[in-house]
Amino acid sequence: MSGKITRISGAVISAEGLEDPKMNNIVNVGEKKLIGEIVKIIGDQAIIQVYEEVSGLRVGEPVEDTGSRLSVELGPGLIGSIFDGIQRPLDKLLQKSGDFIQSGINAEPLDRKKKWHFLAKVKQGAQLEEGQEIGEVQETSLVKHKILVPPGISGKVLNVKSGDFTLDDTIAVVENNGKKTEIKMVQKWPVRQARPVKEKLPPVIPLITGQRVIDTFFPVAKGGTASIPGPFGSGKTVVSHQLARWSDADIIVYVGAGERGNEMTEILTSFPDLKDPKTGEPLMDRTILIANTSNMPVTGREASIYTGVTIAEYFRDMGYSVALMADSTSRWAEALREISQRLEEMPGEEGYPAYLSKRISEFYEMAGRCRLLNGKIGSITLIGAVSPPGGDISEPVSQNTLRATRVFWALDASLANSRHFPAINWLNSYSLYLEQLDGWYRENIADDWPGLRDGMIALLQREAEINEIVQLVGYDAISEKDKLVLDIAKAIREAFLQQNAFDEVDTFSSIKKQYLMLKAIQRLNDVESSLVEGGATVEQLQSTDVKQRLFRFKFVKEEEVESYSKELMKLIDGLSKSKPKEGART
Amino acid sequence: MKGVSYKTVGQVTNILLFVEGIENASYNELVEISVQDGRTINGQILSTSKNVSVIQVFGETYGIDSQNTKVTLSGTTAKMSVGMDMVGRVFDGLGRPRDGGAPIVSEKKMDINGSPINPYAREEPSEFIQTGISAIDGMNTLVRGQKLPIFSGSGMQHNKLVAQIVGQATTRSKDKDFYVVFCGMGINSEEANFFMEEFKRNGSMKNTVAFINLSSEPSMERLMLPRLALTAAEYLAYEKDFHVMVILTDMTNYCEALREISAARLEVPGRRGYPGYMYTDLASIYERAGKLKEKKGSITQVPVLTMPVDDITHPIPDLTGYITEGQIVLSRSMDKSGIYPNIDVLLSLSRLMNQGIGKNKTREDHKQLSDQLYAAYAKGKELRSLMKIVGEEALSDTDKRYLSFADAFEKRFINQDYSDNRKVEETLDIGWELLSMLDISEIERIKEDMIKKYGKWKQKQQQAS
Repeated sequence: MSGKITRISGAVISAEGLEDPKMNNIVNVGEKKLIGEIVKIIGDQAIIQVYEEVSGLRVGEPVEDTGSRLSVELGPGLIGSIFDGIQRPLDKLLQKSGDFIQSGINAEPLDRKKKWHFLAKVKQGAQLEEGQEIGEVQETSLVKHKILVPPGISGKVLNVKSGDFTLDDTIAVVENNGKKTEIKMVQKWPVRQARPVKEKLPPVIPLITGQRVIDTFFPVAKGGTASIPGPFGSGKTVVSHQLARWSDADIIVYVGAGERGNEMTEILTSFPDLKDPKTGEPLMDRTILIANTSNMPVTGREASIYTGVTIAEYFRDMGYSVALMADSTSRWAEALREISQRLEEMPGEEGYPAYLSKRISEFYEMAGRCRLLNGKIGSITLIGAVSPPGGDISEPVSQNTLRATRVFWALDASLANSRHFPAINWLNSYSLYLEQLDGWYRENIADDWPGLRDGMIALLQREAEINEIVQLVGYDAISEKDKLVLDIAKAIREAFLQQNAFDEVDTFSSIKKQYLMLKAIQRLNDVESSLVEGGATVEQLQSTDVKQRLFRFKFVKEEEVESYSKELMKLIDGLSKSKPKEGART
Repeated sequence: MKGVSYKTVGQVTNILLFVEGIENASYNELVEISVQDGRTINGQILSTSKNVSVIQVFGETYGIDSQNTKVTLSGTTAKMSVGMDMVGRVFDGLGRPRDGGAPIVSEKKMDINGSPINPYAREEPSEFIQTGISAIDGMNTLVRGQKLPIFSGSGMQHNKLVAQIVGQATTRSKDKDFYVVFCGMGINSEEANFFMEEFKRNGSMKNTVAFINLSSEPSMERLMLPRLALTAAEYLAYEKDFHVMVILTDMTNYCEALREISAARLEVPGRRGYPGYMYTDLASIYERAGKLKEKKGSITQVPVLTMPVDDITHPIPDLTGYITEGQIVLSRSMDKSGIYPNIDVLLSLSRLMNQGIGKNKTREDHKQLSDQLYAAYAKGKELRSLMKIVGEEALSDTDKRYLSFADAFEKRFINQDYSDNRKVEETLDIGWELLSMLDISEIERIKEDMIKKYGKWKQKQQQAS
């Protein structure tokens, strides 16, 4: 039975006359059938959050209960798509309503006509449990889309066939205690409900991002959580885009929540041309975009994060490692605030709802490396950008995010102003995964990795201390040993930490290249330290050739790094021999 | 329902009217309020329910009472008549002519709130706009479809800068030049006169649609003004295929009006009393800039705002910077030392610069040159503050060269006349000229072939030898 609108106040409306309205049910609002969700019930009044522009809506227009919750459609066709916050496909909306998004336009998230080649992996008569793989579809060059038995279903396979099917075709029938269930390649899942797993495992494998400051000093684990707070202009979006480009995750979900429209366009135009460093296939072939830009309804912004996470969970359940970037969680929190105010809830800190902290920690808790229902392992890494007002992270969203995440990449306006990119401050940032990941680095890169890294960080910290003294007494007054620290630290900063996202080669550094670069800096430090101890001055040690080669290391192509490193090491070792001559000259 | 009138005013505040028993009012619908003294005031439905509708009043509320005041529904949300005859005209915050001319009569009516551009329909902005101002063209390039605000402070010459940009902006393609939509929010009549005079003098008025809301006029109209202006811009860009530049000044006045109205509505205030939805509200203005794949026209926005106490972390510049694609920051100290335009190149940024420069757009050396100029100027400025502590004698010869480079960069590159319209090549050549003050071995960010082709060192060396 349809109800009637009784009150409209922005994106939140009231309706009465709905038969037994249920919390979180989706309703069609008004004659245009705008999409709304029941968020509160007072007697026979249903309070509805509307996901589209409500201008022009009238009291008395009908409201219809669809009986189902806000859900995401999951199946082949997700990869390479761009959706809005409630999974409306933006490319199809464009065909339907033109360049501008109009209210009341809807389209199926996934293409129902397209035929996919389904390859069955089980035989008739097999006993299947929930989450088990029935077969697969080669969805893109990079992704084999596994078709799993949906959670809650199990039984004996009565019927299964390979072939070309649409999403609505039945690909298998499963029987349990006489109850037959048809399985299709598409399923629906409510967005605010986590998909089940067996257990969470400790994250012990790093997400390799090709970004030196991250991989070396502040790594995030596959299945871990990280936050990137920073003022505008500090390069949050560039870092997020770089992670989406070069992370070694199997699937990337990029959620643009309340951000610039042109940034989503940049991803859409650049990703199809960018190649995955491992396979050479286009990066778009593993990427899903959710775009609810700043001028689209805030209610959709609120939902966009959950839509993204549900899609991430779906791919995790196939045994993939998924990385989800949310840019920006502050805009999402602002959407929560705006909706909360419309619902006339009691405000907490800075007008944000009292449940802000819960929502943020709930979101990051969806990350994890998990033992799946089918016994395999999959992971979701969550990386959230935060936009603190004025760059001041004492505000509620930043603080709650810091409590919920384990890696903190502190973007710094002063670094950005001096064009040090990525502007991740090495003194304030941290990663709580360092120890857990050391084992992996030891095993896969080199045994001396943790020591090497700690040595470099110590040098950078020492640099900051010395610089404070220099401010007081001047550079000339400090010891040669300290001068050398400044010199080496400069090399770490400029030759290693600074990385140009727009340079073809420098944009991605393999972990091996990172190691070789660090080794060269370490060797230079060792050689020069012993020379300084032997009486040389730092000024005498300014061998431009070695320094220049060190600085150019980042632009060396992956295939050539090994030979380049060998030559550089030889040059550095040569310094100790040429020392007496140089020393004598002055 | 259209045309129906109600005389059921319950409560009146200085901007809100609570009317009982309105049937079928639609959200955001416009209404007319007739007061006993014969005035009619416009208003808009803020919230509506079976019992009470809340109406936002656009004008002064004096004379409104609960006995005789009549409220009439218009049957429509805020729409604006658009047509090519808008060009050359001046309008107010309700779209009424303020130049004494006839109102625009047109079949074509557009919703002033617009609709969000589908991100999938956007094209990445990449076409260079030459403003003729070196600090912008050379270092913080503006491209078609970008939103690039000017962050100024009280007493600085942002109006002059804006007038110069409007007068000089051009592109290298052969298609028609810019149309300008000027939106002056809460500006005073002197400022309004200055712009109108300048636009007439430099000939841009014949391509301009102006919207002006003076500081003495209702705040509510100030909130409508940019929406009217952008609707006019969208008409010109997407219906008529023109490239449009929209000047929005002063966004600080706009945000003050937003705060005022929000407080009057008794909303929960956010940071410094500004409403929590200010980011979304500003985005609904700024995000209307852009370029669409399927349309020939484009909308470029140059919003201007004055930072209270020159504080860039104040909510107005802060939220703006989070939405716009960069910012041009004006410097108080450069203004004091008589440099015009007083653009602080180091704090300014154009996020879309790389897409708009280079071979076939400006010149192949542009990117490397501007990187080098930035680095050298940054070093020079750093040394300038160091010199204040340690004295000039303590600096090396190289350092001294950087110092004089920084001075020359401000005086010859950034500084230019109000009437000086520099071609981008000219801008770049000045840059090369200045770089030659430094030793050639200091040039780290420019590749050798570019130095050979454009560098100015060679001539000097030859002269010396």
